[in-house]
Amino acid sequence: MTILFTIRQKWVDRISNGWLNAVTFFMLLLPLAIGLGLVIESFPLLHKYAFTQLIGSSDWSPMDGKFGFYDFIVGSLWITLLSFFLSAPVCLLTAIYLTQYAPGWLMKLMYFVIDVLAGIPSVVYGAWGVLVIVPLIGAYVAPIFGFASTGYCLLSGGVVLAIMSVPYMLNMLMEVLLNIPVELKEASLSLGATYWETIKHVLLKQGKSGIIAALNLGISKALGETIAVLMVVGNVVQVPHNIFQAAYPLPALIANNYGDMMSIPMYASALMLSALLLFIIIILFNILTNALVYQRNK
Amino acid sequence: MKKKIEEQFFLWLMRLATGSVMFVFAILLLVIIKKGWHAVSWQIISEVPQGGFYFGKAGGIFNAIIGSLYLAFGSTFLAVIIGLPVALGMNIQFARNKRFVRILRFLLDALWGVPSIVFGVFGFALMTYFHLRASLLAGIITVALFITPIFIRALDEVIRTIPEGLLEASFSLGATQTRTAYSVFFRQALPGFITAVLLAFGRGIGDAASVLFTAGYTDSIPHSVNEPTATLPLAIFFQLSSPIPEVKQRAYAAALILTGIILFISIVSRLFTKKYKKNIL
Repeated sequence: MTILFTIRQKWVDRISNGWLNAVTFFMLLLPLAIGLGLVIESFPLLHKYAFTQLIGSSDWSPMDGKFGFYDFIVGSLWITLLSFFLSAPVCLLTAIYLTQYAPGWLMKLMYFVIDVLAGIPSVVYGAWGVLVIVPLIGAYVAPIFGFASTGYCLLSGGVVLAIMSVPYMLNMLMEVLLNIPVELKEASLSLGATYWETIKHVLLKQGKSGIIAALNLGISKALGETIAVLMVVGNVVQVPHNIFQAAYPLPALIANNYGDMMSIPMYASALMLSALLLFIIIILFNILTNALVYQRNK
Repeated sequence: MKKKIEEQFFLWLMRLATGSVMFVFAILLLVIIKKGWHAVSWQIISEVPQGGFYFGKAGGIFNAIIGSLYLAFGSTFLAVIIGLPVALGMNIQFARNKRFVRILRFLLDALWGVPSIVFGVFGFALMTYFHLRASLLAGIITVALFITPIFIRALDEVIRTIPEGLLEASFSLGATQTRTAYSVFFRQALPGFITAVLLAFGRGIGDAASVLFTAGYTDSIPHSVNEPTATLPLAIFFQLSSPIPEVKQRAYAAALILTGIILFISIVSRLFTKKYKKNIL
């Protein structure tokens, strides 16, 4: 009986470990497969034009075989920066307030809010942006600054993105601040520092690497978000000169043109290259922050 | 005195920031509910699109609701089959190889950050490579690739908090690695497992960009995995761009239904976590 049981257990073990190794190998290979797959698919375009020419040129007319990604890259960059500057300070201040000053019930309530906000699908944020943010900016905000705008512009995209990245940033920032040992705070306070000085000099310094990681999460979220941005940003191929003009970020380019990409030569290749660009930027970004965080933890 | 003013200034700034997050949250929910409430009807929930649906005639979005559920269930199932062993293995079988686990964690974090549209494009590239058509199956595979890293990392964070003594105790009683993983650690991580599953499910049901190329779109409910399927996010997206007011109304209704499903999931996951926390060390 015991022997039978042991034999069965041995086989269960073998199969289970075999499957474990297989799926772990699969997960290790997945990033490589995605990168390689996109390179192969975008190869026809890369073969024909120089890479620097593709990302440096503004000339976008697929019908004539001209593929310049410059406008899209700049659009992506602007919208990411804009949403970062709108959301990062707010998130940092809110996280400090909730973890250091606010009563317990408020923090609990906020965790619920974060949960719900993080769960709301991006297309719903997009619909909300069209309903609320676009008219607001088109009719009220732009005229204040003396610009005429339809409201479908860089700023709308930035605002919607900023709101979307709040739950991710805030959640991680709160975690970082809560994980700093209380003794550090107590030591600082007992040396006569005020509460705010303690936060400024001890808490923020101690949590620096975590804060960087949290902000990175927000940025990479903003960079790749597709549907919500696409719905409010206007989608005009140009380099925007102010935040009330329309832009056309990379993800929107891919999503908008999947329908007719097979009918024009090289077009599919160009869209694959846009995806590859996004993929490379995100991975590089991750490596950079990882190195930063790891160095500080050592 | 100056110190005092500085602290007060920042305190008010922080209150303002917290208040504005709450305010935006309230406005967001209010607008979705207010716009969607009038548009939701039994007809919308229970009927598939009839002739002339996209010109404001009769019908509903039942096909998109069912399609989304099929897609989310299928991809979550795949994500669990792939992800559960990896998450457990990172903390048990591979636990001693710290360097390997760190590399794996880094790769999973990087994959978490990769936008869903990139997964969508990759899924499309796979599809054309294997000469498949846009279908439920292609959608399920793409979404599974997209949510598996999220699922693994969420579960991994939970398993990491389990004390190391438990691993040693289990091994010293003669249990194999597999037994330790599934009978000891999995049980401890059950509430976290449920939360991670629901998180992955929520992501799967709400994402539009990854299914845009791979799942197709249709007015009927798919009968097999080889048929294309409609999904709620795409139903919202397509109908919102229509110039006809009735069709736009339906987009708001669909947005409310989708938000309702997500809200339901997050409340259920909270309740589960509370209920099963009792059985844990």
